[in-house]
Amino acid sequence: MNILLVDDEEELVSTLAERLGFRGLEAQWATSAEQAMKKIENHHFNVAVLDVKMPRISGLELMDMIRQKHPDMKFIFLTGHGSQADFQQGCSCGACFYLIKPVRIDDLVKKINEAMGQPPACPKN
Amino acid sequence: MFWDRIKPPFWDNDRQSDPRSLFNYRQVWKIIILCTAGASTLPLLLLTFMNLTQYQEAMHTESIAPVSRLISNTKRSITGFLKERSAALNFLVHNNEYEELIRQEHLARIFRDLKLSFGGFIDLGIIDSNGVQRSYVGPYNLQGKNYKEQAWFSEALVRGSHISDAFLGFRDIPHMVIAIKSHSRTGRDFLIRATIDTEYFVELIDSLGLRPGTDAFLVNRSGRLQTPSLLHGKVLEPMGFPVPAYSEHTEVLELEDENGNPLILGYAYIPDSPFIFLLTKEPLILTRQWSRLRNTVLFILGLSLVVISVVNLGVVTFLVNRIYQADTNRLAALHQAEHTNKMASIGRLAAGVAHEINNPLAIINERAGLIKDLLQFSPDYNNDPKLLKLVDSIINSVQRCSTITHRLLGFARHIDVSIESLNLGKLVHEVLGFLQKEAEYRDITIFTNIPEDFPDIKSDRGQLQQVFLNIINNAFAAVSDGGRIDITMGVVDQNHVRIAIQDNGYGISRENIKRVFEPFFSTKTKTGGTGLGLSITYGLVQKLGGTISVQSKEGEGTCFTIVLPVKA
Repeated sequence: MNILLVDDEEELVSTLAERLGFRGLEAQWATSAEQAMKKIENHHFNVAVLDVKMPRISGLELMDMIRQKHPDMKFIFLTGHGSQADFQQGCSCGACFYLIKPVRIDDLVKKINEAMGQPPACPKN
Repeated sequence: MFWDRIKPPFWDNDRQSDPRSLFNYRQVWKIIILCTAGASTLPLLLLTFMNLTQYQEAMHTESIAPVSRLISNTKRSITGFLKERSAALNFLVHNNEYEELIRQEHLARIFRDLKLSFGGFIDLGIIDSNGVQRSYVGPYNLQGKNYKEQAWFSEALVRGSHISDAFLGFRDIPHMVIAIKSHSRTGRDFLIRATIDTEYFVELIDSLGLRPGTDAFLVNRSGRLQTPSLLHGKVLEPMGFPVPAYSEHTEVLELEDENGNPLILGYAYIPDSPFIFLLTKEPLILTRQWSRLRNTVLFILGLSLVVISVVNLGVVTFLVNRIYQADTNRLAALHQAEHTNKMASIGRLAAGVAHEINNPLAIINERAGLIKDLLQFSPDYNNDPKLLKLVDSIINSVQRCSTITHRLLGFARHIDVSIESLNLGKLVHEVLGFLQKEAEYRDITIFTNIPEDFPDIKSDRGQLQQVFLNIINNAFAAVSDGGRIDITMGVVDQNHVRIAIQDNGYGISRENIKRVFEPFFSTKTKTGGTGLGLSITYGLVQKLGGTISVQSKEGEGTCFTIVLPVKA
């Protein structure tokens, strides 16, 4: 299973990727939306774990961009922000998930597995 | 106390307690009352005063003038009467020689002529300078009588003429004497003396046609009555009051008689005689009219003053009260806005801090997690239990921090309204869940009455929780152990539902019930109340488009009723 981690904090994504590796999940990481789009061109990912708030392009916008190319990809959002309302507006179909930082690694693994079990497509609003 | 019951609410408002209050209401009330009362009553008082004064003056003139006229006329008549007779006698003595006059038959002829021409003569006599009556005509035998010792005799000799007071003289009926001095050809003085009946005066006074209560009579200068008086004594007795001061003209005075009743006294001194004509009159009839008018005017004045005062007090109190209430509401809204602002600021601050901390916290978490992973999964790191324990401690601390930041984020969420469809019954039960332990401990019974067809409403869950928690908490504080709380829900109409929370606690007093929703009003300040609970509750219910009201009876309990829209 391939996982893409995107967060502007390199320390966070690199560490997370390594930790997921220990748990048998292959993860690659990017620190910006542009970098993430490049990675997608070369690799296939099943799940993307995105930070909501990133400079220039936000996690929600990135999700839209990725979906255009890979409509079956699943998304999990990590955020330090508490406003669930914003998030639900952009992601109301149930095909994506939401976790508040800091997150327990076991919770993240659980969410990833859960996301994989979801139906593949999310009808675009 | 009665005052406490009618006291307007603004009365005890102390401006110092809130400098943003628009007015010092008590002072404003007093100033307006004084100004309006002054402006409305002053012209009225002035008008009444002028009216009464002028009327009194007119009445006075009306009652004095006729008296004065009557007296002057009478004075003229009496003076004329006396002058006529004096002139006649004067003519006699100058037209007849002394020697002729002392002849009895001559004098008798003159007397007869005199009686024919002028009325009132009773007798006529000639007295020589020694006081001996030398000749006499009249009904009595007075020939040869000596008058030397009598006062009028010497006075007539000195002054040339004399008109006496009325006196009983020799005949025990009141009469008066006119004596004129003359002298004979031999140069000896003699007097002609005529007695005149005072009956003429009595007839004159009778002919005035005086009304009851009015009396007219003659007195001499020492105050003895010369003609009979109806009210003030018999002939030759002193009258009841002092002789009025001399005046050439007719005078009218207002006095009080010996009993203190008002009395109009008019008088005129009759010239060249000892007589004073007096007329007394009770101003009773006039006074009665006057006092009736005055009473009517004063009654109308009093009534007007009462009406003006009542209307004035009522209107001013009502208006000042309305202004006060508007001001109070304004202040409450200000407080509420301040509070909301403060809460929003705190919320934003908290959310910002939480968000900023969450990012580095996540890094700490992952780095520590990686160390743990390395210890656990990589043989290179030897699974050292001591290191594992240290890393666990770091991870636990991060969890504790994240609990705090998550809670802060949750707090911030309460500031904004987020509408969702919710089951109010469930929500109330959730809130009661928080208080279950205390209810069990204090043996408080809570009855909930929720109809089956109670609709789901669209509102903010968090804020409604806070509303119910606040009110139920207050109910808990109000009831004693073993108390009872009833929560009744019902449908008002298609668009509104009602939730009533009734307790059987100690209730709220009349004066406090108006203020329970005011910010910082608390009866629990000593036990840590902030006075904000119900104020916030009020604000929240309003924000959700609802209303909250309270009924209470001291000692019986309190009922808060919340009406909420089905769609907020």
